[in-house]
Amino acid sequence: MISVTHLNNDWDGIFSLKDISLDIKKGEYFVVLGPSGSGKTLLLELIAGIHIPDSGRIDIGKKDVTTESPEHRNVGFLYQDYNLFPHYNVRKNIEYGLRVRKMSKEFIDSRIKELVDIIGIEHLMDRDVKTLSGGEQQKVGLARALAYRPDVILLDEPFSSLDENTKHALIHEMKDIHSREKATIIHVTHSQEESMLLADRIGIMMEGRIVQVGTPEEIFYKPTSVDVARFVKIENVWEARVVTRDEEAMLLRIGDKELVAPPIKVQKGSEVRVIIRPEDIILGHGQVTSARNTFLGKVVSLEKCGFYYMVRVDCGFPVVAAITRRSVDSLGLEPGKNVEVLFKATALHVIEK
Amino acid sequence: MGLVIVLFVFITLFNLLYKQLLLDPGNFFSIVTDSMVLRSIWLTLYASFLATLIAVVLGIPLAYFMARHDFFGKQLLEAFIDIPIIIPHTVAGIALFSLLTRKGTVGSVFENLGIVFQDSLWGIVVAMLFVSYPFFVNAAKEGFASVNPNLERVARTLGASQWRSFYNISLPLASPHIVSGAIMSWARGISEFGAVVVIAYYPMIASTMIFYRFNTGGLQESQPIAVLLILICFLTFALFRYFSRKRRR
Repeated sequence: MISVTHLNNDWDGIFSLKDISLDIKKGEYFVVLGPSGSGKTLLLELIAGIHIPDSGRIDIGKKDVTTESPEHRNVGFLYQDYNLFPHYNVRKNIEYGLRVRKMSKEFIDSRIKELVDIIGIEHLMDRDVKTLSGGEQQKVGLARALAYRPDVILLDEPFSSLDENTKHALIHEMKDIHSREKATIIHVTHSQEESMLLADRIGIMMEGRIVQVGTPEEIFYKPTSVDVARFVKIENVWEARVVTRDEEAMLLRIGDKELVAPPIKVQKGSEVRVIIRPEDIILGHGQVTSARNTFLGKVVSLEKCGFYYMVRVDCGFPVVAAITRRSVDSLGLEPGKNVEVLFKATALHVIEK
Repeated sequence: MGLVIVLFVFITLFNLLYKQLLLDPGNFFSIVTDSMVLRSIWLTLYASFLATLIAVVLGIPLAYFMARHDFFGKQLLEAFIDIPIIIPHTVAGIALFSLLTRKGTVGSVFENLGIVFQDSLWGIVVAMLFVSYPFFVNAAKEGFASVNPNLERVARTLGASQWRSFYNISLPLASPHIVSGAIMSWARGISEFGAVVVIAYYPMIASTMIFYRFNTGGLQESQPIAVLLILICFLTFALFRYFSRKRRR
């Protein structure tokens, strides 16, 4: 549906995109996730036709639009600060794309009515846009971009200027709107939460490159590189050597410790990296579990992190576990205390070094 | 302290109006109903209007381009646009005159087309245009620069052509600046004397008329015209501001 092939662009030497290739399916909710300054907005602007790439190709539908001007691309664009037209009221803003396309009055009215129902902004229609709250502006901007049923909707950090509660409510509504409108969406953000909640697939962008594309499950649990693992806040990345390997499992050695992991296609003796999310690590005292990997360690530090504590434990190799405050209390954890560290072999993700 | 300068201007103008309208109304009415005087005032307003119209038509594209693009030599161009503000206006008049006189480089070309600048309406218009257009261009440029370029980009993605996004978005949003720039430019044209008098002593605009009457009949004859001109300008600006504010609401 949307395909971007070997796209390169250098924008004043500030942002640059390097050899970007993506295929986005019709109706898909695709999130480009990356740190600020990685070139995400530039990618959207290239797809929208606001800039023309130095090289590479962009197809929307079956049409090559690489050098086409924005008005001939049939895309919808919502910038971070929504950019509603301040001299129009809400209705005129939403109708703009339809009026420019010279749709009939009846068509405009029925389409606007349908959209307004889906997005829930009927009460705002005659308001001056300067009087809208951030969340209301976002909805109006979204309605304006959806009105003419573009082939793709491009969302640039749509939730970043909203307060937490509004954001959560709107993320859920966005999911609903996406499915009811059957829209194809490319959403760029630096928020892992947004991408986890909304994305069908995620592309991780770093320093102008797409470094991994996958489902949220794949991105957050099975990163293919150390950089992605660090970006999705997995601190447990251990260097290990393969001791034995069969169809069922691999035995790995980290320093003088051995652990069991799911097998990947590598030779015995090769160097690998082992990745596990801190939420998948259990701390305890002499518990009976099915976890095959159990180590004794010493608590190094406790760090409060929202509703969780990040507990650093030294088991001969450094382990970070995310556990609730209740668990910290009931285990009586404090620096210097001994604790048992457990994790399931299946929770481990192994990549080649 | 700042009030001193305001008081200075106020007292100057008030003194003029007070003397003329309250102490000597008879003289005021006899002079201002003189058809030569009325014609000169009308000519001033009309010629300055034409100059402003030309400044608007030519200045909007220039102002828009300068607001939206950075290019090599932009600062130099900006300084160049301001030159008419800083050079003495009689100098501007001399420069225009030597270019546009019937024997001048450009003047002779225009003469073949039937347009003469020397002692004509067109001479007055170009002199006014020369000294007033920077006021318009600078204001319009500021207006366009105050419009977020992303608004136009959004309009383009919504399907508007470049021209349409300019016409629907940037132009209306910059219009308060454009209107006030046009008023400034018009006012500047009305007040011009030095540049106009060199290229077109006749037909007489109001400031030439005031100067002429001052030389021949002193304050007695020139002051009423000055007062009438002030009143007309005040009234016009007041109306303009009133309507442009009302429209914006």
